[in-house]
Amino acid sequence: MSTPDTSGSATAAVPVGAALALADDALVLSHRLGEWAGSAPVLEEEVALANIALDLLGQARVLLSLVGDEDELAYLREERSFRNVQLVEQPNGDFAHTIARQLYFSTYQHLLYARLASGDGPFAGLAAKAVKEVAYHRDHAEHWTLRLGDGTPESHERMSRACEALWRYTGELFQPVEGLDVDHAALESAWLESVADVLGRATLAVPSGPRTGAWSAGAGRQGLHTEPFGRMLAEMQHLHRSHPGASW
Amino acid sequence: MTAVTAGTAGSAGTAGGAGTIGAADAAAVEAAAHEAVFDAAVAADERIEPRDWMPEAYRASLVRQIAQHAHSEIIGMQPEANWITRAPSLRRKAILMAKVQDEAGHGLYLYSAAETLGTSRDELLDKLHSGRQKYSSIFNYPTLTWADVGAIGWLVDGAAITNQVPLCRCSYGPYARAMVRVCKEESFHQRQGYEALLALSNGTEAQHAMAQDAVNRWWWPSLMMFGPPDDESTHTAQAMAWKIKRHSNDELRQRFVDIAAPQADALGLTLPDPDLRWNEERGHYDFGPIDWTEFWDVLKGNGPCNDQRLSKRRQAHEDGAWVREAAAAHAEKHTGGNNGKAQA
Ligand SMILES: [Fe+2]
Ligand SMILES: [Fe+2]
Repeated sequence: MSTPDTSGSATAAVPVGAALALADDALVLSHRLGEWAGSAPVLEEEVALANIALDLLGQARVLLSLVGDEDELAYLREERSFRNVQLVEQPNGDFAHTIARQLYFSTYQHLLYARLASGDGPFAGLAAKAVKEVAYHRDHAEHWTLRLGDGTPESHERMSRACEALWRYTGELFQPVEGLDVDHAALESAWLESVADVLGRATLAVPSGPRTGAWSAGAGRQGLHTEPFGRMLAEMQHLHRSHPGASW
Repeated sequence: MTAVTAGTAGSAGTAGGAGTIGAADAAAVEAAAHEAVFDAAVAADERIEPRDWMPEAYRASLVRQIAQHAHSEIIGMQPEANWITRAPSLRRKAILMAKVQDEAGHGLYLYSAAETLGTSRDELLDKLHSGRQKYSSIFNYPTLTWADVGAIGWLVDGAAITNQVPLCRCSYGPYARAMVRVCKEESFHQRQGYEALLALSNGTEAQHAMAQDAVNRWWWPSLMMFGPPDDESTHTAQAMAWKIKRHSNDELRQRFVDIAAPQADALGLTLPDPDLRWNEERGHYDFGPIDWTEFWDVLKGNGPCNDQRLSKRRQAHEDGAWVREAAAAHAEKHTGGNNGKAQA
């Protein structure tokens, strides 16, 4: 199947594009975190990263089910139909890259869900539950940013590099999404303030490069992704697609 | 005592000798008293706790067993993690991720139990990485298809439960308590494996074939999980006397076969053993001979995945070294040290 019908009246209460944007962010980041299983730097992090991945997968399943069949949407859409931001599809890299990605994304998701939870829109219920989970994700990322930034010279160097490398994918987080009733400009300034605060305490510089590029400006939300994403989907969807119509 | 021997060189030998013998006698008497208390506690089915006196051989035996168990939990994450990114439905993906996470948690409980015996996690990991301590050989077999995830849950976690339920009554308190928590989760693992296989068995022809193939490959290695036959098992007798172990390898293996055989029927799958049949007289299932050559071969390092599993474990540890160093350095700067460990 392809992208669900956006004009149907059955799901009129839930804006499909917005649901997919939120769902795909969670689904894709959960998948990336799942790739860490068995390779985390300490046993406690095996547990922590899996916890976060499971929370995100849970959110994705609820959101996808609002607009269709969760497995059809996850396994049978083509790359161009995914609405996640490019940030979450970026490969894990070293632990610093994973933590920088977590810091940027969970800070955004926390601010977003807090706003959605306080409203009465179609995502208020989900956001109210998810915001508590995401608060933990943000905390986890913050603690590790502090440890790595203000740890050893090597960890400082690695964390700086990771923060810089992913910086260009952060502008996209604040592109307006149709059906998401939040003030994206206010969200962005709150995000900048929060991230700058954590980086400052971690003795890390706020990256100075652009936060969007010719390709990254809102591209993921329009279905334009980066090269690693196609490979990720190939792996994720292969088995399901090999057995059309089978149930598991 | 130095004061006694100083200046009395001539008689020092005798005096010192007498003193030593006296001290040795006292120590022996004290050790005997300790041993009697320990033996009585074990005999009365009381728990031995970390601060209690225990024979060194008992401590060493426990550390060896708990370490091997902990290592098995963390190496055991690998064959199943192999399928997380390819899980065929989101529901199965969530279940599998939670299961692999549980195994990490089991590793944590067990390394903590070993720590109560004075052996640190770092020390044990070092022994794992250098090949001086083992993990269960079952994890040296590959997970080739999705059905292997189901077969592992049903058979491998099933065998682990059969082994571990009696350990909940193990004489060493921290190990027994860790086992209570572990067994609760293992029974969830066994059920989800069974259920995943059932879905495949009742699914398309290709899915059914996938399930049968996985069971064919995992059945015999699962029976080997109980260890060598009783007459070849080196540790069993002493471990049973100390009530670390409650049943022999062969008893536990039989118990497992008796549980699994009817479950295979219910699954609509065949166990790959032409000799498997109910024996009315014994009240047990008879089963065919186990290929112990394969068992010893895999144990020696010649299994299909020994190198792969250990290399991946070492790699993860080495790749994580800078992270652990950073956490320790940060803790040192901000809390004055003594807690280099990463937060849970
Ligand atoms: Fe386990
Ligand atoms: Fe398990």
